[in-house]
Amino acid sequence: MRSITAGYLVRRIAMFFFTIWLSATIVFIIPHLAPGDPTAAMISRLSAQQGFIEGSEQIIEAWRVRFGLDAPLPVQYLRYMQNIVTLDFGYSLSQFPIEVQAMVAQAIPWTIALLTVATVISFLLGTLVGSLLAWRKTPGLLKVLLPLTLTFTAIPFYILGIVLIYLLAFGLGWFPIAGAYDLGTDPGFTWAFIWSVIEHGTLPALSIVIASMGFWALGMRGMMVTVAGEDYLTLARAKGLHPLRILFRYEIRNAILPQLTSLALSLGSIVGGTVLVEYIFGYPGMGYLLYQGIITSDYTVIQGVVFILIATSAAAVLVIDLLYPLLDPRITYERK
Amino acid sequence: MATLIADPGATHKDAPGRRWTMIWLNRKLIAGGLMIGAIVLLGIIGRLIWDTDLARVASSPLNLPPFWLEGGTLDHPLGTENSGRDMLALIVTGAPATLRVGLIVGLVSISLGILLGFTGGYLGGWPDYVIRILSDTALTIPTLAILIVISSYVREIDVTTMALIVAIFAWAGPTRVIRAQVLTLREQGYVRMARISGLSTFDIMFKEMMPNLLPYLAASFVGSASGGILAAVGLEALGLGPQRIPTLGMTIYYALEGSAILRGMWWWWGAPTLILVIVFIGFFLITIGLDEIANPRLRGGDK
Repeated sequence: MRSITAGYLVRRIAMFFFTIWLSATIVFIIPHLAPGDPTAAMISRLSAQQGFIEGSEQIIEAWRVRFGLDAPLPVQYLRYMQNIVTLDFGYSLSQFPIEVQAMVAQAIPWTIALLTVATVISFLLGTLVGSLLAWRKTPGLLKVLLPLTLTFTAIPFYILGIVLIYLLAFGLGWFPIAGAYDLGTDPGFTWAFIWSVIEHGTLPALSIVIASMGFWALGMRGMMVTVAGEDYLTLARAKGLHPLRILFRYEIRNAILPQLTSLALSLGSIVGGTVLVEYIFGYPGMGYLLYQGIITSDYTVIQGVVFILIATSAAAVLVIDLLYPLLDPRITYERK
Repeated sequence: MATLIADPGATHKDAPGRRWTMIWLNRKLIAGGLMIGAIVLLGIIGRLIWDTDLARVASSPLNLPPFWLEGGTLDHPLGTENSGRDMLALIVTGAPATLRVGLIVGLVSISLGILLGFTGGYLGGWPDYVIRILSDTALTIPTLAILIVISSYVREIDVTTMALIVAIFAWAGPTRVIRAQVLTLREQGYVRMARISGLSTFDIMFKEMMPNLLPYLAASFVGSASGGILAAVGLEALGLGPQRIPTLGMTIYYALEGSAILRGMWWWWGAPTLILVIVFIGFFLITIGLDEIANPRLRGGDK
């Protein structure tokens, strides 16, 4: 506990808010940098899809007033920031009376559950594989087989997802092809529902696990190699400790901590990958909501979802960073 | 996930000199290089022997399977999709576009990374502080999400513009890696010696330190190229990529929209997927190979 200093805590939390502010500002600026007027572009896209829209000039004007686009830019910016703080993203453009907030609230538990389960499994499995890759007592057969799992790291989550759908869902029929639960079952705490959720979630989670496991394995192997020459290992061996005890209590324990830093740093790309996995699997989380926002040109939904995704991953990184010094007594954030 | 974060423990340097040429003959590096080379050749030779106009809509019969299946024909050896595009032509035009994205993103992000990483790592002080905070912040932001917002507004986009937009958000990884390496190099004897003997900062950075960073720079370049392709193909697969020319990601997008999986038309999504898998694994092997060159302890077989 000693190792977290007030200074570190304040700096880290300040950085969290800086991240959020920066991304919110980027999301605000982009539409203003884009060529053309977004509302006019939206109308022209709508009329391209649904034929001529009568009185489009008036609609554009009404929308500009409705969304406050007639106010000067700084005023718009302040209003936007105010809304962001209260997580108010306005109404969905494509499903008008519904608020973006409500849509996000419905989608986000699916994403968080999928992401957490998949990332934890892949982190643990990958770390284990990485340790075994570097361990001198690993059986020969495993030494040959394990590196193969590394190759999958190179493949994006969603491409693996497509292959898995084709092989296991379409080909063998073991898993459902899309969705998060059987529409015939009532959502609730019933076995049928829970089983259906697991059945539907397996393939999306599997594609994330397989595709990201090797990343952890690689990092872990690197750290294990670094730890390998340390004196305390020689001492442990000289004491005649069981090799497995040395592996888990001495080698892995000392090598695993930098893995947490990698976890914090790569969370952004994992979230990005999950967005596409949900789209491929029609999984009703944030990624799928985002995709629907894209195809219906629903800018308020896109902005709301993107902001929440960024804020959530920033929060997760904050938590990991704050836990880190508690887990590793070697790290202190005091200024020397 | 292909962006590799360099092992922080990697401080050991190879002595430059006669081992130099041997070191670069790393098996993984060569295998990866051959895979990327094969895709480059596919783009060059394919253009010469195959009619790329067949990548246009309605240029071919619809929904043909590859030639070895019943109903397939050698006129369209890899089959066609539901709007009459020839799969072989799609690959021949899509693969070079994909590699071009990687090249642009790699070059831009490595240049920014060298500039910022050297500035921060070598000068230290407040520039370093600002650069470190900015790059750490940028790394935790899900880039794809921001890219989606941009592309949803800028629908008319060509390959180069898309690559540049992706590149703007890809500098943080290389910056971090290069900065860390510069920090460790700065305190090494020969750099101190150079400083004492009055070499200019520019000369120290580029003549003394840069050659020793080459494997890291190369690994960062390949890593961001691969990460850039990952992001670009992701955008394309969401239907947000260039619309005028066929790209591999866009082919996947149409395949998903046309429920190719459920219709059993595996060649439709399979062909672009296969090319992308070769590209990604190729880049991955190159990065791993370069990592082993930079950090000899990672080489297999050391007991």
